[in-house]
Amino acid sequence: MMRLIYAFVTLLIVTFPARAEIAIQEITTPAGINAWLVEEHSLPFTALEIRFRGGTSLDRPGKRGAVNLMVGLLEEGAGDMDARAFSEARESLAASFGFGAYDDAITISAQFLTENRDAAVALLHTALTQPRFDDTAIERVRAQVMSHLSSRVTDPNAIAGNTWDKMAFGDHPYGSYRSGTSDSVAALTRDDLMAAMADAIALDRIYVSAVGDITADELSELLDQLFDGLPATGAPMPPRADFALDGGTTVVPFDTPQSVAMFGQAGIDREDPDFFAAFVVNEVLGGRSSNSRLMKEVREKRGLTYGIGTYLADPDLSETIMGHFSSQNDTMGQAIDVVRAEWEKIAEDGITQAELTAAQTYLTGSYPLRFDGNANIANIMVSMQMEGLAVDYIATRNDQVMAVTLEDAKRVASRLYDPDALHFVIVGQPEGVVSN
Amino acid sequence: MRFLLAAFFAIGLGASAVAKDGVTDFTLDNGLQVVVIEDHRAPVVVHMLWYRAGAADEEPGVSGIAHFLEHLLFKATDNMEAGELSRVVAENGGSDNAFTSQDYTAYFQRVAADRLGLMMQMEADRMRNLRLTEDDIATERNVILEERAQRTDSNPSSLFHEQMNAAAFLNHPYGTPIIGWRHEAAQLSRADALAFYKRFYAPNNAILIVAGDVTPDEVRTLAQEHYGPLKPTPDLTERERLTEPPHLAERRLRFEDPRVSQPYVYRQYLAPERDTGAQEQAAALVYLADILGGNGATSVLGRALQFENPIAVYAGAGYGSVMLDDTEFSLVVYPTPDTTLAEAEAALDREIAKFLETGIDPEQFERIKFQIRADQIYAQDNAMARAQRYGRALTSGLTIEDVQAWPDVLQAVTREQVMEAARDLFDDRRSVTGWLVPEGGEEMK
Repeated sequence: MMRLIYAFVTLLIVTFPARAEIAIQEITTPAGINAWLVEEHSLPFTALEIRFRGGTSLDRPGKRGAVNLMVGLLEEGAGDMDARAFSEARESLAASFGFGAYDDAITISAQFLTENRDAAVALLHTALTQPRFDDTAIERVRAQVMSHLSSRVTDPNAIAGNTWDKMAFGDHPYGSYRSGTSDSVAALTRDDLMAAMADAIALDRIYVSAVGDITADELSELLDQLFDGLPATGAPMPPRADFALDGGTTVVPFDTPQSVAMFGQAGIDREDPDFFAAFVVNEVLGGRSSNSRLMKEVREKRGLTYGIGTYLADPDLSETIMGHFSSQNDTMGQAIDVVRAEWEKIAEDGITQAELTAAQTYLTGSYPLRFDGNANIANIMVSMQMEGLAVDYIATRNDQVMAVTLEDAKRVASRLYDPDALHFVIVGQPEGVVSN
Repeated sequence: MRFLLAAFFAIGLGASAVAKDGVTDFTLDNGLQVVVIEDHRAPVVVHMLWYRAGAADEEPGVSGIAHFLEHLLFKATDNMEAGELSRVVAENGGSDNAFTSQDYTAYFQRVAADRLGLMMQMEADRMRNLRLTEDDIATERNVILEERAQRTDSNPSSLFHEQMNAAAFLNHPYGTPIIGWRHEAAQLSRADALAFYKRFYAPNNAILIVAGDVTPDEVRTLAQEHYGPLKPTPDLTERERLTEPPHLAERRLRFEDPRVSQPYVYRQYLAPERDTGAQEQAAALVYLADILGGNGATSVLGRALQFENPIAVYAGAGYGSVMLDDTEFSLVVYPTPDTTLAEAEAALDREIAKFLETGIDPEQFERIKFQIRADQIYAQDNAMARAQRYGRALTSGLTIEDVQAWPDVLQAVTREQVMEAARDLFDDRRSVTGWLVPEGGEEMK
């Protein structure tokens, strides 16, 4: 039977308020892969983004770091090519393949020239379906991971992160570092890596986007070649991670002139009807622009830090409000007091109309600016799919930001921000700060 | 960087340089050079103002003043209150920041294309009308000391490189850290900041780069309106820097810090940078860095030290071609736990010696050449990065013609030129070798 090569294509033109237009095509390939595409023929290359949901959280018990090590080995030899031959082949094509292993996803970012696209895709297909996991390659990459892990032992930011994760999420995969520990990584075998691959790389968890010099039909054919031979299903997703950290302060002593602080509390789900209000309130408190309350109070007025920010962390399996900053040991205590006071203030009084308007203007004005460049647009589109958002979200997102009223903001600030639940993890020798 | 962690009177007869790759340039009467990089894929514009003034242009004793002034440029002017510029940028949905290097200081905003005029109005204002209070100085000085603590003092690798650079330059200011030595940064004053500002912040010492969804005519009109009225500084002096004497002795140092987990050996050689009209040797060094240490699986050092005789978890080479004065070419080896630094360094020396004898694999050379050509295509994807490429070059003694000739210069490089550049480069007398070790770590013999 002749292979059906035409894709099912839906075209949606999304228009921004600021006159930009972006034509996103949703395609379904004959083999059933869904992908979003923006054709951009002005530069002779394509940016392709692939995600496999689950990522390092699919590590089996006792095998922490297996998914990360497996991903690190995907381009260290595949098919009849050893690591060197594979790298030479990729270099000859001037293609770039980036592989990443994160808490919720394995990421693959590929860029390839139009002139040798088929060969680049065939090479990536080999890496995805026939990695060799040669013993010498395993030992080489394992040594790199171990070196990285040993560096984290004396890195205050890594110590803070490990401490926070363990206290917040315990034995859940979110409770430990995604690349594993030196003990767990030392014990990983080739079989563990094969199992990690079978668990984590499968068609039932795949998300794809592409931007560049390629048509819908070409992309459709490309994707079916690229993913041909991948298993239909992988391991079940891990359970939710319950946030188990109460308010307080945890000091981890470490000999350094400047302490680092990681702070936060339970957060809000993206699906929650109050999410946009929370998003706007966070923008006022510690958002991306330099004009947040925390930047003003901690940096601009008092010079206690170089930078401070907060964000709504919304990974697949938990929700938190998180923040970070550094301050020298003799000023850390004062900086913590200022952050606590701001937490109380926003919970009690909410935000002002002027702050709401400024945040809305910033958030809605900056949104279209993100859609800049093939690689950026491909990234945004694949993230949207992972979050379960439809293409038309792009057109309605700013309306949802603008729909937040001062009442909403106050109500949600009071519902969400809880000074008694706020926890600080401090790594350093902060003067006058003690664990409680 | 501040957070985190950078018309009608064109010369000639109103004509601009012919656009190549969508790049046009012209100069206002007051000496402001303007570069327009067109990219109409998104309704976004990056507005950058670059000053030919960096840390290496500081007077002795006020290290860090170029960077401190960069922070202070976000304070009040005659027409704006402190923080107003960033607030207005945010209110318009944009983002802004600034960065300082040895050779330049640059300020930028990324906004919707129809807000370009407003950005120019504010940027032109702070070029000439800064108003600093003693309060600003005291508070912001704490911020830069926090920045130094975060980026340098908390990071043994940064401290190590600070020591390496200080040893690498016997006389030239590149040996002084951009953020400043802590004891000098802690004493920086309002007068120091204003002196640097007065000397260097002038339209005839700046380059305006606008990249994105704009036309050269639009930029010309707006630039003339907002920057055109600024008076040039008549007595603007050339950047004069102390120069290096001949390097007569190899330097070696060992830096010990209890926070080190992964020791490594690092070597840097004094190397030529891209010179205007003469970029060939620098182009050869770009290849040399790729050939020796670009990709772990295919480079000379990666193959030898990570694959054939795996004594290293990582081996690489680095070279930054864009600097105003002589720069550095570096080699690095991170040994495996059962390899000493002495062994790692000896292996590095052996491989470099072997390379000088055996030369370059022709296939590897062709692959790298193709990759470099393809990188020119990939690089077109990011308007901000394109703007930065021009900004760095134009503040580092290069011209627009040099930037546009660079891809061809790179494609014309031969293996013989690379070997010749390598032979010139690897002179121990012009090198510094450093070991970064944990407390009580391996002694240097």
